[in-house]
Amino acid sequence: MADLVSHPDEVRIVSKRFGKGAAEIEQYLKLDGYKAVQKALRMQPDEIINEVKTSNLRGRGGAGFPTGMKWAFVPKESAKPKYILVNGDESEPGTCKDRLILEHDPHAVIEGVMIAGLAVGAKVGYIYIRGEYRYLVDIMRKALDDAYAKGFLGKNIFGSGRQFDAYWHTGAGAYEVGEESALMESLEGKRGIPRIRPPFPAVVGLWGGPTVINNVESLASVPHILLMGGQKFADLGPPRNGGTRLFCLSGHVNKPGVYELPMGYPMKKLIYDVGGGIPNGRKLKAVVPGGSSTFLLNAEEAENINLDFDSFSKRGEFLGSGGVVVVDDQTCMVKFALRIMKFYQHESCGWCIPCREGTDWLKKTLTRFHNGGGLKKDIDNIKYLAQNMLGRTFCPLGDAAAIPTMSIVDKWRDEFEAHLEGKPCPFEPEAVITELPVLSH
Amino acid sequence: MAISEKLDAFFSEKMKEYPTSRSFLVPMLLYSQDEIGYVSDEVIAHLAKKTGLTELEVRNVISYYSMLRTKPAGRYNVQVCTNISCQLRGADELFAHCKKKLGIGHKQTTPDGMFSLEEVECIGACSWAPAVQVNYDFHENLTPQKMDAVLENCRKKAKQ
Repeated sequence: MADLVSHPDEVRIVSKRFGKGAAEIEQYLKLDGYKAVQKALRMQPDEIINEVKTSNLRGRGGAGFPTGMKWAFVPKESAKPKYILVNGDESEPGTCKDRLILEHDPHAVIEGVMIAGLAVGAKVGYIYIRGEYRYLVDIMRKALDDAYAKGFLGKNIFGSGRQFDAYWHTGAGAYEVGEESALMESLEGKRGIPRIRPPFPAVVGLWGGPTVINNVESLASVPHILLMGGQKFADLGPPRNGGTRLFCLSGHVNKPGVYELPMGYPMKKLIYDVGGGIPNGRKLKAVVPGGSSTFLLNAEEAENINLDFDSFSKRGEFLGSGGVVVVDDQTCMVKFALRIMKFYQHESCGWCIPCREGTDWLKKTLTRFHNGGGLKKDIDNIKYLAQNMLGRTFCPLGDAAAIPTMSIVDKWRDEFEAHLEGKPCPFEPEAVITELPVLSH
Repeated sequence: MAISEKLDAFFSEKMKEYPTSRSFLVPMLLYSQDEIGYVSDEVIAHLAKKTGLTELEVRNVISYYSMLRTKPAGRYNVQVCTNISCQLRGADELFAHCKKKLGIGHKQTTPDGMFSLEEVECIGACSWAPAVQVNYDFHENLTPQKMDAVLENCRKKAKQ
């Protein structure tokens, strides 16, 4: 469905089967499919975990937590069944990579789930795909049926005498369910309200059993790691940031698309070489580095940073989900902040008051501001409200709303000042916004 | 019966994959909606019984998920993403165009029941923006002209 792109700088690991018909099991088998899980069946659980640790694979959902370490947290002995849960609830604005994996390489995800199961001693895995991605649910259903028909899944996987079942599941529209604890609630048939931690899912997860929750791309990387070796995967990126990553380039670039590049790839090259630069002779103003929950970068910062977790964390910022949104110099940052806040206000589940009230008041204030009704004290107030959501909620949705907002106020304060005292938006001088789209549930 | 026997049998099979009877509730609500157009009172009563929940508990789940609706939508539900990646590439203009063309606003349905319109959050088509989902079908890299063709195609399909 979605168009594929390519660039010479790409290193194709996770995307190597894209466009090659690998959703069909026979074709997947011809392209080294299900070799990694058979290798895993001959390995000890600790060996598998160590290989993934060596690979320096870090969570591709956005948090960047080392996958091998996450697996190692699962207790060896457990009275309750253990589970693997695949997070395919991709809905972080700017992110559209798991969609391609699920469309072009669903068996790699199944294989990744199985390997994770063998590593931690789980016999069941659930593949949760967001409700809007129905065509991908259908692709996954067929892939699972085909794998069962071949005896790759079920009571006696690959004739090993060992059991593993993998099932598909779907959501019905909720960004928050992409957060691990809300995801578990949703899979249990409930509202996606986050759980307090600790206990962490690795100890108390689905139905109280130890649960590994991994992003689609993380798990799709695992079979490649076992086949190529953890060290070789690690060597593709800088220290502690192994492998490649699918970067979803969108916004004001000439060649948007999903590109697989080594971790640590320079953002400047991503925008200007891979992405072909900014259209219409305009200049770069801002970059959302990894989904709308991350600190925005201004042009200078974006042109001097590499795309790996540590390059961002040493600035106190986040690499995020791989969703790189490029913003040109003709864009109003107040309007941009407003659109981001409208999203979080719509998606806040209302469980934690700082998030529920904070996102609502911020949306109201930013709306008034962008319409020319901004007061000078609002600027600091916006930041104050955002800061007061930080770290005060069960799940990171409150942080996610606060972070981009604070960075926009800090870096583009002049644009807020340009809107003061009834002045029209400098970027849309003729557009008096009479109708604001209201998103109701 | 609120839903077809075939769908109900499919639900019963899927429920076996989970340790608790309510686990498959969210997909059951969505697939029921796909079959009859919305989550009706009958569907709620049926799924409550099937999962051992009260109807209130089922309604409580429904109200959390943005795709679930308790009233019918149009035959073609046009969902325009206006989130950041789409907005930067003209989604606001596209949504305004849809409103004008269809003569309806957010979450409204045309009098003939053919179309309903919704402004939605990120649908995962950021690199192919602006994007619209009509029911479950993605339409990407849209312009107002391309959007007209999408709507025209829906009308043609409806006649067949």
